[in-house]
Amino acid sequence: MTTDEATLTSARARPALWRDAKIRGIAYQVVFVAAVAGFIALIVHNAIANIGRQNIATGFGFLHREAAFGIGESLIEYSPADTYARALLVGLTNTLHVAALGIVLATILGTLMGLARLSSNWLVAKLARVYVEIFRNIPLALQLFFWWGLLDKMAPGPRQAWQILPDVFVSNRGIIYPVPLSNPAYKWVVAALGIGVVAAIGLHRWAKRCQAATGRQFPTGWVALALIIGLPAAVFLGFGAPARLDVPVLKGFNFSGGDAVSPEFAALLIGLVVYTGTFICEIVRAGILAVNWGQSEAAMALGLRSSQRMRLVVLPQALRVIVPPLTSQYLGLTKASSLAVIIGFPDLVSVANTTMNQTGQAIEGITVIMAVYLSLSLAISLAMNVYNRAVALVER
Amino acid sequence: MHKIIVRRCAGLVTALAMVGAIAAANSALAGATLDKVKQAGGFSCGVPTGIPGFAQPNDKGVYSGFDVDICKAVSAAIFGDPGKVKYVPLTAVQRFTALQSGEVDILSNNTTWTLTRDTELGFNFAPVVFYDGQGFMVPKKLGVKSAKELNGATICVAPGTTSELNLADYFRANKMDYKPVVIEKVDEIYAAFFAGRCDVMTGDATGLAAQRIGRATHPDDYVVLPERISKEPLAPVVRHGDEQWNDIVTWGVYALIQAEESGITQANVDDKLKSEDPGIKRMLGVTPGLGKALGLDERWAYNEIKAVGNYGEIFERSLGEGSPLNLARGLNNLWTKGGLLYAIPLR
Amino acid sequence: MTDLTQGIPIAAQAPRPRWTGALAWLRANLFNGVTSTILTLLCAALIAAALPPVIRWALIDAIWSAPNGQACHGAGACWAFIGEKFRFILFGFFPAGETWRPIAAVVIFLAMIVAACDRRMWGRRLALVWVIGLFAVFALMRGGAFGLSTVETALWSGLPLTLVLAVVGMLVGFPFGVLLALGRRSRLPAVRAICVGYIELVRGVPVITMLFMASLMLPLFLPTGITIDKLVRAQVAFILFAGASLAEVVRGGLQAIPRGQIEAADALGLTYVQRTRLIVLPQALAMVIPALVNTFIGIFKDTALVIIISLFDLLTTAETALSDANWQGFYVEAYVFVGVIYWSFCFFMSRYSQLLEREFNRGRRR
Repeated sequence: MTTDEATLTSARARPALWRDAKIRGIAYQVVFVAAVAGFIALIVHNAIANIGRQNIATGFGFLHREAAFGIGESLIEYSPADTYARALLVGLTNTLHVAALGIVLATILGTLMGLARLSSNWLVAKLARVYVEIFRNIPLALQLFFWWGLLDKMAPGPRQAWQILPDVFVSNRGIIYPVPLSNPAYKWVVAALGIGVVAAIGLHRWAKRCQAATGRQFPTGWVALALIIGLPAAVFLGFGAPARLDVPVLKGFNFSGGDAVSPEFAALLIGLVVYTGTFICEIVRAGILAVNWGQSEAAMALGLRSSQRMRLVVLPQALRVIVPPLTSQYLGLTKASSLAVIIGFPDLVSVANTTMNQTGQAIEGITVIMAVYLSLSLAISLAMNVYNRAVALVER
Repeated sequence: MHKIIVRRCAGLVTALAMVGAIAAANSALAGATLDKVKQAGGFSCGVPTGIPGFAQPNDKGVYSGFDVDICKAVSAAIFGDPGKVKYVPLTAVQRFTALQSGEVDILSNNTTWTLTRDTELGFNFAPVVFYDGQGFMVPKKLGVKSAKELNGATICVAPGTTSELNLADYFRANKMDYKPVVIEKVDEIYAAFFAGRCDVMTGDATGLAAQRIGRATHPDDYVVLPERISKEPLAPVVRHGDEQWNDIVTWGVYALIQAEESGITQANVDDKLKSEDPGIKRMLGVTPGLGKALGLDERWAYNEIKAVGNYGEIFERSLGEGSPLNLARGLNNLWTKGGLLYAIPLR
Repeated sequence: MTDLTQGIPIAAQAPRPRWTGALAWLRANLFNGVTSTILTLLCAALIAAALPPVIRWALIDAIWSAPNGQACHGAGACWAFIGEKFRFILFGFFPAGETWRPIAAVVIFLAMIVAACDRRMWGRRLALVWVIGLFAVFALMRGGAFGLSTVETALWSGLPLTLVLAVVGMLVGFPFGVLLALGRRSRLPAVRAICVGYIELVRGVPVITMLFMASLMLPLFLPTGITIDKLVRAQVAFILFAGASLAEVVRGGLQAIPRGQIEAADALGLTYVQRTRLIVLPQALAMVIPALVNTFIGIFKDTALVIIISLFDLLTTAETALSDANWQGFYVEAYVFVGVIYWSFCFFMSRYSQLLEREFNRGRRR
């Protein structure tokens, strides 16, 4: 008895230092942090020593100097007289442009293909499967080269351009299409469109409340469609339908008039969309399959039509499975847009590379690239998390 | 348990100590590119990824051309053997980062000597080995006769070059518009131009001529316009802060030029060892002194000429009449023959 | 008595099918309603429009041999270009007389991959096979022993280089990724913070930026005088990147381990290392094997990005072959050729991952 008690008391007394889990944990962390910090310090020390010895300029002062190089395409005003900061901003907007468009189009393509893969129509399902199996298993870089080679090097010159639709031309200068000549009426049409959309949303809310209160259903879809399309159309006709198109015509070196998408941009966008679309297709398909078949059966038993079943029962549940992997596809697409540099589209990486070379400040250039991409992924993650919370299961 | 922790801590301390030792060694080694190169038994040389006549790999991956011969000459001066060079193909955008970081020891990459590059980028330039000027190449069927007619043109240009900057300057000065297409890889940008992606290709005029002959399926369909819109003195580049290494490359180039002026060739350099001319005796190391001053073997210049010949021979082999490019010497002739090449006295 | 049959239920009978055999199948799968019929017809039209020109281009009008590029431009594909450049695209600058060495290396890689697919092999035996295989590949490629001439890594190119980058990247990246994932789930806040920071940093930055840094800027961060082979540096960049991606997959598995397993291990008095090695990892990894294979496919495809830093992988050799002045303009042919090679590897691996997934699901359902 006494011995037992003695053992107990000694066990309750402080154990040897290295046996205390807490102290051991602290010790491990101190050592680990010291090792990492030492490693980083060493790298920084070496870089500073090497840069100092060679007398390389440092700091971000170069951002305010004249860039003096031209950039092929830009969404914002830019000339070689602008600063490096402005040039980098042009690169950033180009990256955002292609990434945003890519995300939207890839989502549409992926969702359509995902639904097609689940279609009861054998041919549709098989074609969708062929699309996925082909484009998912080939490196994106190779696909970009392929589209680029097709649009940039194999397409004919402007004078022999392929006319794929009336007044829409494909040549090695890009895809050229007519745009409406600007007219004051368009401002009102756009305004009408905005009003139509707002009205449709209001109608949808009202119809929902109405259904909840009285059980009466209101044909929201058709009326909303009428509002969104009809209102602008009415305004357009009210102005006498001023539909003068700015049609591309061959002049000098190139087409003039109309609007154009450069082959580099088109190749990058097509490559990103087709490649990412395959992954989104599989995510959508898996998400829908993850919804218990009993849910669909229950919906059928309630007499819901197949479109209603999809919209009201299956999709809301599938989205919970779909959104997290979809987020990482969006991040992947944004990062992959940096491959623009291999096909000569002036995205952020491409402009930053040129800047690094003209100023010789590689570390600063890489810092800019990393900071931008990290903030972009943070922004996308945040946005998708907000959305995910909206669709997530509300648990009691 | 105690022992394990002690052992682990010991392991980490050792690792940290090793890291510290490396850091200490760092400062001791600073600046001694020549020592590093001798110790490693070779150096790396940044060359273009593919400009016919200047640097191009054959199907075995072996590089040859004018830029490559400069590296070979330096290798011969240091090791007595032109083969101690590792060639690193670099695009225009990559080359400066690679030289700054130490990835390459010399850049022989058709690099234009400019003030900013000499100062802010932290480089030193060896003497100019090739005087060039920027030009425009267009398909003949476009019917353009002068660069002044290029308003509105789509122009292919390699990013990160002085050509990219000069192009912007020229169009600004002449109040003209253009649309640049920039692609990093030389192969790709010329493929795009010859496929008709751009109306105009711009770059160093010699490079344009070389690519026209080396790459176009029908070279006669293209023409280089007469205007030269810039001065492009191309020179080998080394890192700032290592005077000895800079001296070796600088005088390595001068020796090639002086050899041509003194009539020393690859074929007759052995006979010239018996020459009575005190200048030649000094240069070839028969009278010792110059080699020691550079920290090299006294035979350094002899080895260079023996390995690659004098400047004229290098030029003729890769660019001149002995080559498919068939370029005239022009400005790249000796000062005595109306050119700009003028070696500083080797004494 | 009178109506015996009344209480006996009549067996349910399916209505007599109106269509049987192939017609029934067609009706059920292709013409099941108006929408379905329209879709079928659209798809059929698409195939009818697209397939014949492709076949004509690839087979009927194709040119199979030609002395040079100019003689090879016709209505169809120029497979003569592939015939001419076949060796270069696959093996690049590797000395021509020694072509058997990269071929043998590729065969060994294939054998290693096939061996790894056999689940009976999983374990120490496989590890041994892989170590020997990698050693053999290295010896074959590098030479300098067994009477083989030395070949600089700068001359390693084409398919063997792609395989080296991918396989070594996965192999070394995997344990690194497991460590990172464990660190991310660690109870020690400093360790966790550093691991999270690393994973998020590497995953947030484009791979090409990492490759750029590894190939062009790394010496700036190293003491002068230390040179590391370019291939090794690109390889390290891949390992760092693969580690971060694999860590996220492994983390998924770790999160799915029931808390009870860990508590049980603790109750048995296992140390952290024992618990992780014997209880946690075997279960966590088994759960994410299909996801791991998918990540491997991603890494394999990402090796194509080394074109940025002038390493001559399969894609770069194809691009280089395209720049030959004598054979110009055969983009589609070259891309189709290397595309088929990449595709075969990835398709095989993805089918394998699906197979594994099915097997594991079957096990769990039972």
